[in-house]
Amino acid sequence: MDDIQNILQAMMRVAVSPQTAAVAIAVIGLNIHFGYTGLLNIGQSAFMLLGAYGFAISITQGWPLVVAILMGLLVAFVFALVLGVPTLKLRGDYLAIVTISAAEIVRYVGRSVGVEWLFDLTGGAQGIPGSQYRGSFTSLSPFGSGNTTILSFNYTDVAGGSVVVRLLGWAVVIGLIWMAVRIGRGKTSLEGTGRTAAIIGISAATILLAFFLAPTGQQNTGVDGWWFTFIAWILVGISLLIVLGLTKSPWGRALRGVREDEDAMRSLGKNVFAIKMQALIIGGLFGALGGMMYVLPATVQPDSLGRSITFFAYTALLLGGAATIWGPVLGTLIFYVGRIFIIASANTYLSSDKYINIMNSQQTSQFAFILVGVALMLLVIFRPQGILGDKRELRFNV
Amino acid sequence: MSDTTTTASLADPAVRRELMSTVEATPGSSKPDSILNVDHITRHFGGITAVDVGHLEVQRGIITALIGPNGAGKTTFFNLITGFDRPSSAGQGAHWSFDGRTLDRTSASRVARSGMVRTFQLTKALSRMTVMDNMMLGAQNQAGENLAKCLLRPLWGGQEKQVETKALDLLDRFSLLEKRTDYAGSLSGGQRKLLEMARALMSDPKMIMLDEPMAGVNPALTQSLLGHIQSLRDDGMTVLFVEHDMHVVRHISDWVVVMAEGKIVAEGAAGEVMSNQAVIDAYLGAHHDTDLGDDALLTDETLEKLAEEVAEEDAERKEEQA
Repeated sequence: MDDIQNILQAMMRVAVSPQTAAVAIAVIGLNIHFGYTGLLNIGQSAFMLLGAYGFAISITQGWPLVVAILMGLLVAFVFALVLGVPTLKLRGDYLAIVTISAAEIVRYVGRSVGVEWLFDLTGGAQGIPGSQYRGSFTSLSPFGSGNTTILSFNYTDVAGGSVVVRLLGWAVVIGLIWMAVRIGRGKTSLEGTGRTAAIIGISAATILLAFFLAPTGQQNTGVDGWWFTFIAWILVGISLLIVLGLTKSPWGRALRGVREDEDAMRSLGKNVFAIKMQALIIGGLFGALGGMMYVLPATVQPDSLGRSITFFAYTALLLGGAATIWGPVLGTLIFYVGRIFIIASANTYLSSDKYINIMNSQQTSQFAFILVGVALMLLVIFRPQGILGDKRELRFNV
Repeated sequence: MSDTTTTASLADPAVRRELMSTVEATPGSSKPDSILNVDHITRHFGGITAVDVGHLEVQRGIITALIGPNGAGKTTFFNLITGFDRPSSAGQGAHWSFDGRTLDRTSASRVARSGMVRTFQLTKALSRMTVMDNMMLGAQNQAGENLAKCLLRPLWGGQEKQVETKALDLLDRFSLLEKRTDYAGSLSGGQRKLLEMARALMSDPKMIMLDEPMAGVNPALTQSLLGHIQSLRDDGMTVLFVEHDMHVVRHISDWVVVMAEGKIVAEGAAGEVMSNQAVIDAYLGAHHDTDLGDDALLTDETLEKLAEEVAEEDAERKEEQA
């Protein structure tokens, strides 16, 4: 039972980690690109990396935090313009080619050592250590020092942490998630504000219960501490609110129109190029914001924000359901938590002398990716609209 | 402008007949009150000249049909004047204006905003959006489509309500009201044609251009589509449509323009243009009354005559190209 509890704790730590939240923000941006507007952006990692560079370099140059954040957003804005102007007038595939190449160019320029002034700014492949730019953010923390465990009242306090309590608790968690998904997919009679409120309420209850079953202790302010976690998830919430507002507006309707048929939109007098450009920029800014949050508890290392992050983001988006509000967050959580579940389980059961020992720790990580890949294939075959997507949408070929 | 009085009276067939009877039935003839003027538009695809229109005027407030055999360049012509394609003669005398506004270098979306809205031969319903959303997109000048304003509902909420009312009215008129929450992709082919027409009307166009509105539509629906088109005209809109079905053309159009091999070969009232020699040649070939099975024709004399005719036509063609 201790083994299982350890696996659950590991999953919980990843679920609340600020880096998971950061990727969720980037996926929210990607959802605007791919889900709503149909822009095949395969370079979301470049938006993240550029946001991170803009932010970190500004601070190492001695600029204040706010200016640094604006700088990160500005860099992503310019990048979106540079990508969009030549490609958005062409067919969709060209954007895909250009974005993936541009992302690689950005990464290679970031890790290059040839040009001295550039190397001084980016630190090459080693990157910029977090300690150089984290300070001004950490010092804002009102949480003070020390450790806090959430929740301090947890399963150990009820019936001595018996197996029954825990099994019951996880069953309820699964039930709550299932309910939230049903409401999210519009299978219930709830509509509009009531639906949103119900989803938020159930999510809060699920999170509390999860913490109750797998209490997570962290520093209040240090790297990866509660201050980082708190801000990261607040940002996810704000991003969701913005996307909710955008997509429910006539502008969001125009985005979906562009996704469906550009010529039809032109015949209705809409400036398709402008709409696509706006979508590319907005999604890119979310990417930059995610990138900044991603590097705050880590380092600005170009290779850590490479192609794989873009593909993770797409996996998470398809998993959760493209063109849905909650899909990106749900997908990111399931992707990261699911991956850590496989890694932790493999480490526990397949890589220790206590059970079976057939893998080393490097292999368990690769094993996790194999299973994730298989899961993604199964998902695309059996549930192509994702968890929250509407199956009706798939009946029509685009 | 005395627009309202003229258009109101144009609902009367006799008035329309009288108006158009003053117009000469020759290609490129001038109209009393033209809404669309086209000059020197050509479009080459490699060596093929798909469209070569010297001059065309479209009369305001009536239904004009654009007919012609397959490959006559009707749809290409549509694409050119609505900004979906660029003429090869752009900058070399190609010139067209709509309602007094020059459109030579205007993008497709601007053309639509100036009041000339088109539909497509292969309908372009926005499949994964509801019928209602399709309709709402048709409205022009929506404040909520501005990125700077779209997060502030009070700035566009009122307009959204108006657009919604208008959309519901139009859906009712085109008998699509029950389908408003369905995805547009789930509609039948004929319903999509209706939806596309209704969506185009959301922008209050001055002129609506329909590319084969009856293609693939069952006869019962054709009747109601025809009724809709006529009621648009009676509401004062100008209609230009491409069609193959001669019955349809004869039934509803006030004026017919015939295209063949990219050129406008004839114009005239619906009843008369069909008997025009150029039209018969275009549709049936110049030698359609020559019975190829008749042995009597196989004399040297006839063959020589035919050869002469062919040579003459060749010479004519060369002259034109030079």
